[in-house]
Amino acid sequence: MISIRRRAVARAGALALVAVVSVAWGQGSTVDEIAKYRQALQDGNPAELWEARGEDMWKQPRGPRKVSFERCDLGLGPGVVKGAYAELPRYFADADRVMDLETRLVYCMVTQQGYSDADARKSPFGNGNERKSDIEALVAYVTSQSRGVKMNVSLDHPRMKEMYALGENMFYFRGGTHDFACATCHGEDNKRIRLQDLPNLTTREGAQKAYTTWPAYRVSQGELRTFQWRLYDCFRQQRFPELVFTSDASIALTTFLARNANGAAFDAPAIKR
Amino acid sequence: MRPGIALTWLACALLVAGCAMPPSDAEIRAKAAATMKSSFKDAGQAKLDRLDQDETQRVCSQYAGKALPPDVAKRVEQLNLATIKYPADGKLVGDWKNGEKIAQEGRGKQFSDDPAGPVGANCYACHQLAPQELSYGTIGPTLYQFGKLRGYTDETRRYAWGKVYNADAFAACSNMPRFGHSGILTEAQLRDVVALLMDPASPVNQ
Repeated sequence: MISIRRRAVARAGALALVAVVSVAWGQGSTVDEIAKYRQALQDGNPAELWEARGEDMWKQPRGPRKVSFERCDLGLGPGVVKGAYAELPRYFADADRVMDLETRLVYCMVTQQGYSDADARKSPFGNGNERKSDIEALVAYVTSQSRGVKMNVSLDHPRMKEMYALGENMFYFRGGTHDFACATCHGEDNKRIRLQDLPNLTTREGAQKAYTTWPAYRVSQGELRTFQWRLYDCFRQQRFPELVFTSDASIALTTFLARNANGAAFDAPAIKR
Repeated sequence: MRPGIALTWLACALLVAGCAMPPSDAEIRAKAAATMKSSFKDAGQAKLDRLDQDETQRVCSQYAGKALPPDVAKRVEQLNLATIKYPADGKLVGDWKNGEKIAQEGRGKQFSDDPAGPVGANCYACHQLAPQELSYGTIGPTLYQFGKLRGYTDETRRYAWGKVYNADAFAACSNMPRFGHSGILTEAQLRDVVALLMDPASPVNQ
């Protein structure tokens, strides 16, 4: 564990250097340079720090009842982490709700570990500095255990089918001062904002490429970001009010995108600009 | 409503039983809108009323990225055309230098932004404008040489004003925000953006 941490810290330093070099490189080849930079970091990603912390948290007794997550059922049975993320979101009969990973973690923290609902969800995202999020670490660990597993989200349950339909509908929901919907930026091939390439999430290929590379360590923020964060920050830029952590809309959109990614091998935690 | 669905509904009505059938598009739309409303909270200047869709937002959402039937597109365009206000003094062209700043400015109206401003139009996020700026997006068409190619006429100036004021008046369900209609830019800012597009001295027209 300590060696993993040292390695990751050393690489985070190297990373900052590479980032500066690639900015200095100039305009024409920016996309190529980013691709090279990702390649250079492929076998070392500061996300490992979050994964290691999350693994500790998963296995250690926590909360007022001092129990670990090893009785938490992510859909494949109590404590089974391997491959679980590739089948989420899913309908959980015990909660009578469709849940994504973050929602399920909160559920286990409340029902098994004895946290209050407010305590379980009070820090969904780290602030880029000293305040780190337990949820982000747990998500890093759990998702890392699906690396290489093919996405396989089932819509067999009617509640999943409904969540997917709601998510698809919300993807096209225009609102706010700017009339933006998810589809405004993610509905066509080969578009970009400034120099940032935008995935077309309405195609299978686009959804697969995007969904299987979250969560990700964001170099510009020094944090590991979850899919809940990705949606939260997209909506911020859409000029919408604040997306509530683990809200039904967040789960519906996640269901829509995760299902569209079916068949692709999950490949995260990744690293992004 | 498709005939099959109508028949199923009829059968349900006759049986007076809770038939388990898939919800219709209209039901899903209504539930999605209600779920959106319950899934967000006020933050900074972005309040929940931003999820209350106007007619244009509602219709454009409904067609989900597909082409609108011509009559619907025409209705949306007419509805939006009627909103365009031209300045009382008739002055459509301001300062292109300030227009360039507005085109570069990405802040404004996000819950993380200072309500006191600045508020920009972030034109470069989606459009190429001045050739010196290489970091431009491609969601919208290039606007390089906008005035030079179309001619420095009153008609083009009025078109530029109208397009920035309310893009849906000219292309129903455009991806472009309605900068004037939705109160994103002030009248003075609209003038400066029009200048960036229409002043012969603007870098856009070199």
